[in-house]
Amino acid sequence: MSVAVNAVSKSFGSRDGAAAVSGVSFSAAVGEITTLLGPSGSGKSTLLRMIAGLERPDAGSIVLEGRDVTHVSPRDRSVGFVFQSYALFRHMTVFDNVAFGMRIRKRTKPEIKQKVEELLSLVQLPSFGARFPSQLSGGQRQRVALARALATEPKVLLLDEPFGALDAKVRVELREWLAGFQQQTRVTTLLVTHDQQEAFELSQHVVLLNEGKVEQAGAPHELYDHPATPFVASFLGGANVLKGTVRSGRGEASGLQVDAPAGAAEGDAFNAFVRPEDIRLVKPAEERDGVALARVDRLTRVGPSVKISLSMPDGEQVTVQMSRLEIDSIGIETGDRVLVDLRDAKVFVEDYAI
Amino acid sequence: MSGSIAALPHRHRTHGQAIASESRGARLFLIAMALGFLGLLLVAPIVTVFIAAFAKGAGAYFAALGDPESLAAIRLTLLTAAIVVPLNLTFGIAAAWLISHYDFRGKSLLTTLIDLPFSVSPVISGLIFVLLFGAQGWLGPFLMDHDMRVIFAVPGIVLATTFVTFPLVAREVLAVMQAQGHDEEEAALTLGASGWQILFRVTLPKVRWGVLYGVILCNARAMGEFGAVSVVSGHVRGETNTMPLHIEILYNEYSFVGAFAVASLLALLSLVTLVVKKAAEWAVSEPSKGASELPPLPIKAQGVLP
Repeated sequence: MSVAVNAVSKSFGSRDGAAAVSGVSFSAAVGEITTLLGPSGSGKSTLLRMIAGLERPDAGSIVLEGRDVTHVSPRDRSVGFVFQSYALFRHMTVFDNVAFGMRIRKRTKPEIKQKVEELLSLVQLPSFGARFPSQLSGGQRQRVALARALATEPKVLLLDEPFGALDAKVRVELREWLAGFQQQTRVTTLLVTHDQQEAFELSQHVVLLNEGKVEQAGAPHELYDHPATPFVASFLGGANVLKGTVRSGRGEASGLQVDAPAGAAEGDAFNAFVRPEDIRLVKPAEERDGVALARVDRLTRVGPSVKISLSMPDGEQVTVQMSRLEIDSIGIETGDRVLVDLRDAKVFVEDYAI
Repeated sequence: MSGSIAALPHRHRTHGQAIASESRGARLFLIAMALGFLGLLLVAPIVTVFIAAFAKGAGAYFAALGDPESLAAIRLTLLTAAIVVPLNLTFGIAAAWLISHYDFRGKSLLTTLIDLPFSVSPVISGLIFVLLFGAQGWLGPFLMDHDMRVIFAVPGIVLATTFVTFPLVAREVLAVMQAQGHDEEEAALTLGASGWQILFRVTLPKVRWGVLYGVILCNARAMGEFGAVSVVSGHVRGETNTMPLHIEILYNEYSFVGAFAVASLLALLSLVTLVVKKAAEWAVSEPSKGASELPPLPIKAQGVLP
């Protein structure tokens, strides 16, 4: 394991007495991208800053490549940090920015020149050495920041919301570029983001955080398919929440049949988390189990997919997402009565409100 | 001033478009008022200084400047500034760095203390040092026993000037540092830089225009300070008279050419200050377009005219 965080806690001053991070443990494997995912205020950036040494944990330890660095200064940790604001040295050219770490380490001039040129062509900015940061676009600054962080050959690359300040199109482009770039360089990377799409596309391992604690860690599809907690189920995929009750060993929610939560007794209340894409709508010609009649309130066409707002028989509102092709072939219109075919639902006994 | 002059060419527009909110007459009236006000209060006094200085020709002007007592005053003023500015530069950067980069107990107290010299009348500032170091002061007997003079001597002038100009660099640099945050310093830290390396390679270059501006203001005030210095100097001709004090003496003796000749040097200094300030603002706004980097100073350079 390249990065290991063991039972780390941190609270800031007297702010409500709430801990920013409490008892977090996880590890990141060598050569992979691990994502710290969570809503704002979940403590993900604080964790990253503690791994870099920019914040000191109140308790717990941080191990980088087998070495306990909990009390080591950031300058001796051999980490590369890319800030959300890029934090490029505004008074230096791109070349000097990238060379900074090597000059601190007293490398020879030809060595520095060669390495900087190599890095600048790696981030596809080979002729930008003489420019100042203010003469670059956001995406270019981001890549310079990346080259600067890599120049000292860090063991771990830490990226704090690296695409947060970019517009949507550049963000997607840069995300794809980073995935390829990381495969090429194979540098162990820890990425902080609140964007699940980003996490799923980029990383092999996701640590989902909420209120300073780890909710679940694992491969992206694992979290998506087998959410361990109601929070995970609702955070990933924007799920509908239906209230259900256990009846004769089966769960029933808004007239739909679902599996009862494990260990639930007869009559227990539970919540069923249903993703918009796990529901299929059928015209009521055929009959199937686990099917109820619902009313189509609204159809919203968003590019290739259609968002359908349904009213369940008990008045509950449900959002469904289907492809435009499917909808057109079935021929569903606003006001239609449809059968709801539930493909998958995550059920949790505990009471959970979004 | 440049703003009101620049507004003049636009007046033609009001003919074609009825959109402009003010009538032509109102605009002319406003412009005339602004120009008149500035002319009366800013331009006229400075011009008067130079007219009075050259009233008896250039020969008299340079003779007045070449007078041994005037030269001594100029030397003393330069010496004071040469000691005070580096002191306050060092202190100012250290204080600004401390306040903007660290959280500690008493931080707001320190911030308030830095501003203290501005809230105290300069005469009081001078009296503080007389009370401390004067013959009847706390440390007076000790100083006399050891044959050291502070009051009515150069050390007193330097002390009083340092006190009065204390906040200028600190405030300027602090404002720039706070506006820029410390992401860059953190980045340098993760890249392996030590504290001194961060200071000299990242922080100081980053705030250099703020530092320059602070130094200029500090210098202008150090050379022009009258009240506090007047109290501690003792007005010994050729020895403890700075330029502002010397100007007052000459003026009181009806030596107008002499008074205004020396005054013209201080007026020139204030003009140089303005030019460098403009240049600094331009240099800051040009490469990084960061308009927030040089916020307007709450305190203008004090008048340097007697």
